[in-house]
Amino acid sequence: MDPSFLVIQALNGLASASSLFITACGLTLVFGVTRIVNFAHGSLYMVGAYTAATLVPKLLDLSYGPVAFWAGLLIAAIAVGLIGILLEVLLLRRIYRAPELLQLLATFGVVLVFQDLVVQIFGPQDILGPRAPGLRQPIEILGRRFPSYELVLIAAGPVVLGSMWLLLRKTRFGILIRAATQDRDMVAALGVNQALLFTATLFLGAFLAGLGGALQIPRVAANTGMDLSIIAECFVVTVVGGMGSIPGAFLAALIIGELQAFGILIFPKSTLVIVFLLMAFVLAVKPNGLFGRPEAVGASHAVGIASRAPSRWSAVIAIVVFALFAALPLIADPYLLKVATEILILGLFAFSLQLLIGVGGLVSFGHAAFFGLGAYGAALAVKWFGASMEAAIPLGVLLAAAGGALIGAFVVRLSGIYLAMMTLAAAQILYAVAFQWVDVTGGDNGIVGVWPPAWAGAREVYYLVTLTITAGVLVLLARAVHAPFGYSLRAARDSESRAEAIGLRIRYHRWTAFIVAGASAGLAGGLYAFSRGSVDPSLLGIPTSVDALTMLLLGGIQTLAGPLLGAAVLHALRDWIMPLTHFWRLLLGLSIITMVLVFPRGLVGTLARRREERA
Amino acid sequence: MAKTSMTRWLVLGLGLALAGPAAQAQPAPIKIGELNSYSKWAAFTVPYRQGWQLALDEINAKGGVLGRKIEIISRDDGATTGDTTRVADELVTREGVSFLFGSFLSNVGVAMADYANQKKILYIAAEPLTDAITMAQGNHYTFRVRPSNFMQVGMLVDQAKASGAKRWAIVAPNYEYGQSAAEVFKRLIKERVPGAEIVAEQYPALGKIEAGATVSAIEQAKPDGIFNVTFGPDLTQFVREGNARGLFEGKFILSLLTGEPEWLLPLKDEIPEGWTVTGYPWDEIKDPKHKAFVDAYQTKYKDTPRLGSLLGYMVVNMIRDTIERAGSVETEALIKAFKDAKFDTVIGPVTMRGLDHQSTMGAWVGKLVLKGTHGGMTDWKYNDGASFMPSEAEAKAARKD
Repeated sequence: MDPSFLVIQALNGLASASSLFITACGLTLVFGVTRIVNFAHGSLYMVGAYTAATLVPKLLDLSYGPVAFWAGLLIAAIAVGLIGILLEVLLLRRIYRAPELLQLLATFGVVLVFQDLVVQIFGPQDILGPRAPGLRQPIEILGRRFPSYELVLIAAGPVVLGSMWLLLRKTRFGILIRAATQDRDMVAALGVNQALLFTATLFLGAFLAGLGGALQIPRVAANTGMDLSIIAECFVVTVVGGMGSIPGAFLAALIIGELQAFGILIFPKSTLVIVFLLMAFVLAVKPNGLFGRPEAVGASHAVGIASRAPSRWSAVIAIVVFALFAALPLIADPYLLKVATEILILGLFAFSLQLLIGVGGLVSFGHAAFFGLGAYGAALAVKWFGASMEAAIPLGVLLAAAGGALIGAFVVRLSGIYLAMMTLAAAQILYAVAFQWVDVTGGDNGIVGVWPPAWAGAREVYYLVTLTITAGVLVLLARAVHAPFGYSLRAARDSESRAEAIGLRIRYHRWTAFIVAGASAGLAGGLYAFSRGSVDPSLLGIPTSVDALTMLLLGGIQTLAGPLLGAAVLHALRDWIMPLTHFWRLLLGLSIITMVLVFPRGLVGTLARRREERA
Repeated sequence: MAKTSMTRWLVLGLGLALAGPAAQAQPAPIKIGELNSYSKWAAFTVPYRQGWQLALDEINAKGGVLGRKIEIISRDDGATTGDTTRVADELVTREGVSFLFGSFLSNVGVAMADYANQKKILYIAAEPLTDAITMAQGNHYTFRVRPSNFMQVGMLVDQAKASGAKRWAIVAPNYEYGQSAAEVFKRLIKERVPGAEIVAEQYPALGKIEAGATVSAIEQAKPDGIFNVTFGPDLTQFVREGNARGLFEGKFILSLLTGEPEWLLPLKDEIPEGWTVTGYPWDEIKDPKHKAFVDAYQTKYKDTPRLGSLLGYMVVNMIRDTIERAGSVETEALIKAFKDAKFDTVIGPVTMRGLDHQSTMGAWVGKLVLKGTHGGMTDWKYNDGASFMPSEAEAKAARKD
């Protein structure tokens, strides 16, 4: 391989690294001060790109030249900064003290809102911005042409790093930010206007996200998928570099940019996997990232199901509900049965997550990993071995349980936000494998032809099969929650040190919880695959994980029945509302935000609380 | 199955309630389900919807077919294989449609073909191009209108013979359509151009091309010909990076679909001139029937037609003819009427080959040229699909039925 090619490839890597750093730097800054992992950071990046791609051509029409181009980028970034201020004032300042799970979900609600708003405001088309005036000619480097705009990008990263350094070291605002990053209660105690400080930080963070997006317009078309793809990379950068550390983010972005540039030569189809494997490796070796410090504040203010004696009536209610469900085929049409089947499956999926979050206090943000493993395991069994449904679903469950064992072994050492990020990374690795390992998983094509055998082909039969299996597993899981295993998990959730002091093997129990939850989610995934005849990578995507979390939140994290009701309500709503409106994501996002702000205990939780208050 | 619950009426709301009384006056309309990636691939699918809407309005203005109006219930398929079968199932079980048509992405089309086969319902793949739909995954219930990858690549490879290019690089999106096109290109170029070899293959994920890295990797292999299958945002970025780095200079480029207005317009004045492409030079086709279609379209939508517009218009007219010949909307009758049916379309006669359910719709092949501020095709020629189809023996061998 000739050296000039390597140089060009290294420069390509540097250009990507630089743009990634500018965006990730904003995320890590905001996290450092507010302790909130802002999922909506990627949306701000996307808005920056769309705004610049729309605005700059208009400015260039007025007066063509470099001034108009760069001014356009700056205006777009400032506009995004102002959106950041709105975001802080309207939402973030209300949830600084909320559990991490709710913070993540609320900012994800913002992501959904932006996805629909962007389509409404800028239209459904991808927009490629104009090329930078004065930088249209390529430059010859070692006999190869290299776009000169990329050189500007390469320089932009260190410039931003330098200005951040000056800002943080040489100004009063910077000193306050650094102080708040170390101990925000102390900063408040010293009489600093925290509200102003936090708002300004959000402006700066959003400005950087907007700038990162705006700088992309000559090379990448602004598109509606860029929010989730950049946020996943930004998470990797901040986690690898250490949450809150700006130099760490710079180093991590450099490593990732070069890994991708050279990874494409060695493993042309697995660039995404390499990136997330790097994250898993760094977290396994240095759980706080390269330059991160251990969390100053105890990370666990976990919420979860309360320990109360099971009511006499709950068994009766469960039997009545089961009987009602079993009678459904008598009255329902095929479509209703199909929806009911999906509700049962998603209910099991959400319930398995409840075991981790509600019982174990383990905020898993990548539960789709197990759902997808179960589905892919079953589908691959059909594709490779021609297995029937009866054999394929157990194989999927086995695969999901193995995934639970592997991922669990990595993450039980972590807690709080790092655990959430690590589970997210695990799910993203699997997503990347499913997406890029085309020979095995079919990539984007997925695997089709995963249909139930003739005896279970009728909708009524498949519904009853699903009902029997899910009901059986739910009973077993509920037993486990009220067994010593469940009590140990709850003890570890409420006070890790006391639980350890009385001799509980916390990590072992948590690891077991991951296996059990993984297997149950895998069962749900397998049933889902056969209900719709195909699998595709979206089963492993972030939105699937968030669906499970939303169901949990909607039903209530404090109760066992919560996730089941949440699944029913969310899926039924989605089914009825989605065909009627183009704003489903906007509505869903707003409802998630409202729930976090108004009923953080969910439907069942709120009802239970009202009953308790009356008593 | 037609038990309609109270709640559903309430939720479906006014729309249905208002439609109710009007529908009682005359025979119930024929309900057809349509699904496509309207939000993710709007550049192609929105003009396509306008095309079928135009045809539908014309047909219903003339009283519909079999004395009944046609009603098309259209949904977004989410552009994933899983969502599409869900939506299809909703159309079939809730809306009670007689059959389905649509789809854009090839992987979604394959999933739909599988669904049609499983649920025994007619499905007309309008756009998806992968050979699998009429070959390896082809089945009794699935028909396709657009010329397949095998046909369009065949037309392009014929152009490559004269160019003298021997060292070929391939760039294709890494999913069903790109994989199928790359595979058939590799086969045909070796069969038809003696001494041709493939020196580089790049398969960026659909919608996620790293254009800079892809271009330098191709450059590294020093090809003298490039076969491009990317489209949409990937294509725009690939062309821009390729122009900036001089990748296309002195090379012979074959490109699928790039001459279609939906993919040309976003390139604006950065058209890579001289590429040999398949496309749709709508403004230069002088045939009066085609001209009438263009005029009607432009009057109705105040916009220029894309290839999607033409396809949507043709498909719904073909559906109308088929229903009329079948005399009912019963699945087997429709399938029988579709096989070997001849249609008189705005681009001339088209036959639906009964053996593999592939229509003989052709494609325009020409060279890209910059015309003022945007691109167009020059030196073009319409190739009838009939002479580029896979042989009957080959199709028979590939299909499982």
